[in-house]
Amino acid sequence: MSYCRQEGKDRIIFVTKEDHEAPSNAELIADDPHDPYEEQGLILPNGDINWNCPCLGGMASGPCGSQFKEAFSCFHYSKEEVKGSECIDHFRNMQECMQRYPELYPQEEDKESSNQPQEKSASDSTEGHSLSPQTDPVPVSSPTENQTAT
Amino acid sequence: MTSRPVSGLVLQRDVGVDVVWDLARAGSSRAAPRRPDGLGESRAVAAIMLKCRSAWGKLAPFARGAATLQRQNVTRTGLTNGRTTARVPAAHMATWPAGGGQNHLYVLLVGATCVGGAIYAYRTVKGDQRRYQERIAEISSRPHRRAKEATAGLHAEPPAQEVVATAVAESEAPVDPPSEEPDARSAAPSETTQPPQDEPAAEEAPAETLAEEAAGRDSAQPSPALPWHAPYLLIGGGTASFAAARSIRARDPGARVLIVTDEADLPYMRPPLSKELWFSDDPAVTDTLRFKQWNGKERSIYFQPSSFYITPEELSNAENGGVAVLTSKKVVHMDVRGNKVKLDDDAEISYDKCLIATGGVPRNLQVLDRAGDEVKSRTTLFRKIDDFRSLDKVSRNIKSITVIGGGFLGSELACALGRRSQDSGLEVIQMFPEKGNMGKVLPEYLSNWTTEKVKTEGVKVISEALVKSVTCKDDQLEIKLKDGRLVKTDHIVAAVGLEPNVDLAKSAGLEVDSDFGGYRVNAELQARSNIWVAGDAACFYDIRLGRRRVEHHDHAVVSGRLAGENMTGANKPYWHQSMFWSDLGPDVGYEAIGIVDSSLPTVGVFAKATAKDTPKAATEKSGTGIRSESETEDVASSAAAPPTPAPAVAAPKDDYGKGVVFYLRDKVVVGIILWNVFNRMPIARKIIKDGEEHADLNEVAKLFNIHED
Repeated sequence: MSYCRQEGKDRIIFVTKEDHEAPSNAELIADDPHDPYEEQGLILPNGDINWNCPCLGGMASGPCGSQFKEAFSCFHYSKEEVKGSECIDHFRNMQECMQRYPELYPQEEDKESSNQPQEKSASDSTEGHSLSPQTDPVPVSSPTENQTAT
Repeated sequence: MTSRPVSGLVLQRDVGVDVVWDLARAGSSRAAPRRPDGLGESRAVAAIMLKCRSAWGKLAPFARGAATLQRQNVTRTGLTNGRTTARVPAAHMATWPAGGGQNHLYVLLVGATCVGGAIYAYRTVKGDQRRYQERIAEISSRPHRRAKEATAGLHAEPPAQEVVATAVAESEAPVDPPSEEPDARSAAPSETTQPPQDEPAAEEAPAETLAEEAAGRDSAQPSPALPWHAPYLLIGGGTASFAAARSIRARDPGARVLIVTDEADLPYMRPPLSKELWFSDDPAVTDTLRFKQWNGKERSIYFQPSSFYITPEELSNAENGGVAVLTSKKVVHMDVRGNKVKLDDDAEISYDKCLIATGGVPRNLQVLDRAGDEVKSRTTLFRKIDDFRSLDKVSRNIKSITVIGGGFLGSELACALGRRSQDSGLEVIQMFPEKGNMGKVLPEYLSNWTTEKVKTEGVKVISEALVKSVTCKDDQLEIKLKDGRLVKTDHIVAAVGLEPNVDLAKSAGLEVDSDFGGYRVNAELQARSNIWVAGDAACFYDIRLGRRRVEHHDHAVVSGRLAGENMTGANKPYWHQSMFWSDLGPDVGYEAIGIVDSSLPTVGVFAKATAKDTPKAATEKSGTGIRSESETEDVASSAAAPPTPAPAVAAPKDDYGKGVVFYLRDKVVVGIILWNVFNRMPIARKIIKDGEEHADLNEVAKLFNIHED
C-alpha cells in the first residue's frame, strides 16, 4: 500500500513491491540508433570501429595504440573463414610492443589477447578491463543499451 | 614685380604668398607631439590637402582671370595685327602664356607649394612610423633582456631528475640581441641558441635544455629541446585533460599531444583523495597512492604510469606521436591571434588546437584569509595530492580537527576522518551554514537523514553555523560562530567550494561567465576557433538543461572526451549527461545525474532497503572499483564474491533505504538521484534526455525497479 507525504515543496511516496508490479505506463521516446549526438558502442552504425569507445580503455591511445589499431582493424574486416587468420603478423607486432611496456600491459594478457578479438565485439567490458587494469579509470559513462545493441 | 595694370595678377602674387604662409603655419602646428596612430597622420595630411584645395580654390579664379587676360591681350594684338587671329585660340593656353615672367612665377609658386606640402606630409608619416616601430621593438625586447640576464650560457646542462621550474630558468639559452625588427614575433625569446630560428613554429627545435623530466629518466647528453610547436596543446593536467588526450590519440592516429600542468604530478583522479585513500590499511599509502577497490583489485590514482607517456623532448620526433606531459610549468599568457602560449619561464609554445582544462582552486573563507599566519598555517584547502599528504600527516598528530563546509568534499572528508577517529581518538567536527549535510543538494528530509548517518561515522556535526572569526590562542584555534558558540580545534579544513581558474581569459580575450564562473563556451565546448574548454573551468551550454558549469569527476571525463573529439573534427555537442556519486561510508551511497539542486521541487519514491542494497555490494557485483566505471562494463556474470552483509549499524528510523528522487523544473524532470539503487543510471539518463512532462512520477519510478537488486 503506497502512501504519500508532502513536506513543503517535496513530495515523498512510499511504495511496496506490489505497488510497482504493474508495468509502467510512463512513455519514453524511442531512441534513434543513428543519432549522431549519442555515444556509440564499439562498432559504429556504418560498421567502422569506434576507437574512442570507453570499452577499449587505453588500448587505442597508448604507446602500442597504432599496432593495436592495425591488428584489430585487420581482424574486424577480415573475411577469411577463420576470422583474422591473415592478421597474425599484426597481432605479433602488437604483442611485441606490449611486452616492451609490462607496466601498461601486464603479462597475464598473453593468453587473453588471442581470445580477445572474438570476445571484443561481443562484450566489450571484462576483457578490456583485465587487459588494461591500469588504463581504465577514465572512460565512464557509455550507455550500456547501445553496447548491447551492437 | 612690376605693377602691371592687371590688378588681378598683382593680387595673385599676394594671395600666393599668403597661401604658402598658411600652409606653413598649418604644418608647424601639426608638428606638436602626436601619438603614432594612423589617424593622427592622416588627419594632418587631410588638413594639408584641405588647405591646398582651398588655396587652389582661391587661386583658380585668378588663374582663369590671368588666362582670359592673356587671351584678351592676344586677341587684341591679333585683331590689331589682323594676321594671327586664326591661330589665337587654344594653342596659347597650352603653351606658355605670352604674358611671360609673371605667370611663370605664379606657376612656380603654386607648384612649389604643392610639392612642399607633399614632401612635408610624407616626412611626417614616415617619421611617425619609424618611431612606432622603435617603440614596439623596445617593448618586446624588454622580456628578452630579462631572460638574457637570467640565463647561464649557451651550452646544455645535463638534466637530472624531476626538477622545479626555478632550475629551468637557469639553463635557458641567451637570446640574440633583439633587432629593430618591426615584427616582434620573429624576435621571440629563448628560441635561439645556435643558428637563430625565426619561426616559432619550427618543428626541429634548436638545442635547449629544460631540466624537467616527467618520467624521471636521465638524458645523458645535451638533450633536444622542448617542442616549440605542439599540434594539440592541453593546458592543465587533470581529468578532463587526460580524457581529451586519450580521445585525440584514439581518433587521430599518430597525434602529438602536449599536456602542460603546473602540478608536479602526472594526471591523476581526485575522488580517491577524499574517499578510498583514507580507508586504506597500507601505511605507505601517501607515497604509493594506491588504493584497494571494493573488488579487491588495487590500482593507483594515476590514470597511467609514467611509461605511458613520452617525454616532451621526444614529442616532435616520435614516429607514432604520443602524449607528453610538461610538469611544474604554468601557462601565463595566451596569444590567440598568434596561436601560441607563454609559460612562466618565458618559453613559448605554439599550437594548432588548444584545450583549456585548468580546473580551479579551492575557495577560502574570508575570515580565514584575513586571519593571520598562525591560523593560516593550521588551515588546509583540499584539492591536490600534496593536500592529501599533508592532511594525512597532520591528522595523525593532533587531537581535534574541524571541517568547514557541508557539501560533497566536506562531508566525505569528515566521514573519512571520522572513520579514522575510531582508532586514534581524534575529535572530528564538521560545521556548515545549512541545516544538514548536502543541504544544497538533497531535499530536506534526505539531508537530515544523511546528517544522522554522518554522525554515526563519528563526526560532531554543527549545523547552521556561520563562522564569524578565527583566532589562534595557546597553539589552538578558536572559531567563533555568529550565534556566539565557540569551537576549539587544532586544525581546520576548508571545503567551501571551488573557484574556477580563468587566469588566461584576459590575455586570450576569452569570455568569462558572470553567473556560473568559468570560461563561456558553446554546446560543442568551443570558446574560439581553435580553443576548447572542458572540466571544472567550462561554463557550457547544455542543450537539454541550459547553461551550466559542473564540478564532478565524470563530467570532467565526459567533457574532456567530447573536447578531444571535437578537436579532431567531430563537432558534437554536449549530449551525454554526466553523472556523479557520493558515498558516505560503506552503507549509504547515491548516484545522481542532471541538475540536483535542493531548491527545486522534488518527488521521492522509496522502498525499504535490505542488506543487499549498499554501495559495497553494488561494486562487488559488477566487479569494478570506481562507481562510474560500472556504467561502461556489462555487469559481468562471473562476478566476484557474493555481497557481504552490511556491518551492524542501527537501521535508520525513516524508511529512506532505497529509492529514486526526481528534481523538477517546470514539471520536467531535470535531475534524478538514485538513492542506494545502483546500475540504473542509463534509465535515469534516458528520462532526462527525453525532457518530457510526466503526469505521474510514480509510474516513471517503476522503470527503475527499485525493489529489485
